Amino acid sequence: MSANKKMLTREINFTLNGSPVQVSVPVAENALIMLREELNLTGTKYGCGEGECGACSILMDGESVNACLMFAVDCDGREIVTVEGLAQDEVNDQLRDAFVEKGAVQCGFCSPGMMIAAKALLDKKPNANRDEIKRGLEGNICRCTGYVKIIDAVAAVSGTNQ
Amino acid sequence: MSEIQNYETPNSVSEAADILAKGDVTILAGGTDLMVQVDAGRVEYKSTLMNIRRVEGLRGISDEGDHLRVGALTTITDLLESDLIAEHGTILTEAADAFASVQIRNAGTIGGNISNASPAGDTLVPLVVLNAEVELASKPNGSIVTRTIPIKDYFTGPGKTKKEDSELLVAVIIPKPAAGFVSTFDKFGSRPALDISTVSVGLGGVLKDGALTDVRVAFGAVAPVPLKATATEAATEGKKLDEATIDAIAATAKDEVNPIDDVRATAWYRKEMIESSMKKVLRHVSK
Repeated sequence: MSANKKMLTREINFTLNGSPVQVSVPVAENALIMLREELNLTGTKYGCGEGECGACSILMDGESVNACLMFAVDCDGREIVTVEGLAQDEVNDQLRDAFVEKGAVQCGFCSPGMMIAAKALLDKKPNANRDEIKRGLEGNICRCTGYVKIIDAVAAVSGTNQ
Repeated sequence: MSEIQNYETPNSVSEAADILAKGDVTILAGGTDLMVQVDAGRVEYKSTLMNIRRVEGLRGISDEGDHLRVGALTTITDLLESDLIAEHGTILTEAADAFASVQIRNAGTIGGNISNASPAGDTLVPLVVLNAEVELASKPNGSIVTRTIPIKDYFTGPGKTKKEDSELLVAVIIPKPAAGFVSTFDKFGSRPALDISTVSVGLGGVLKDGALTDVRVAFGAVAPVPLKATATEAATEGKKLDEATIDAIAATAKDEVNPIDDVRATAWYRKEMIESSMKKVLRHVSK
């Protein structure tokens, strides 16, 4: 990753958690490194680095993507929301409360990614049933394997009985 | 790692073709394969990194009369949610549904999945079954030239295609199948989400009176390229799909493939899975 520091850079402008930002990034650097190391938003986690675990999930123009697979330069002109940006979000207030209520956190490392994935799902399907919740969270791994409680928490927000 | 000297963000196919004409270009679309492959040392950047994500007109699915045109930047999520694809290419909807995870489907593109040319690429088997063609654009003498290649002939090896370095994959052309066409896709991996196919099977044909005609069969992850299974097609053509016939066709399928041992499965296991999966897709469409 340090080799990237010498790489060709490009200045980009985008909206991050509702505020405009301008940053110069190495052209092959991923969005996760940019968020964590250049912009100091460490809520988005580095898990596997290859799109398998979902710990680095962010919202790009409202859709969930893996920040570790996204080129930082591709954030140019887009609207990016990280877990920090969910703090002012109504759906997320309910999600956060439900995660606490249902005990859906063990070590907590997957929680930011789970929150983003759950938020993206509930924006599309506010009344998602348990099967839809499982599909919506399929790209996120909890290595404590606390899946049932995580699904319970999302289900509490969607209000599903199924 | 080689140095990237230029970063280009063309807005049109014409601009992209001009950049490609200068040579030594790495094309970036969704990034989901490229980032991983570079990090793993399997791919080196060329001197120009060209991000085509903002090229106009390359994303979306349109009805062009006798065929569908799918722009190269159409995401896997776009495929999954498309009514046109669901109507004319059910098998591709099913493959999009079995593709990686929400996050990767939102970023990954059909053009990227084709260009990555993995024998296990999940859109490739359906596209072979649908008799799809890829459209390539280049600018050899200052004006745009396009050509199309049937997808069944497009792949030349793992990661290799007939696309020239000067060409950009701009679209996939999917002919609308005849009335009564049915198709299905089956993928086997060790877990449903995010797994690279151990084997995959695609079947299509026109179903009438319990028999398939115009049969198309393709297999993924059992050969260096997505395999059009002509012997299995011939064994299926026009036959009433009763249990004995299904068993015989599946045995033909098992004999037709010559897979390798790798990290995901042994060759023996893949042959067993092709036989089993072939039965499953035949039973599914004959219902």
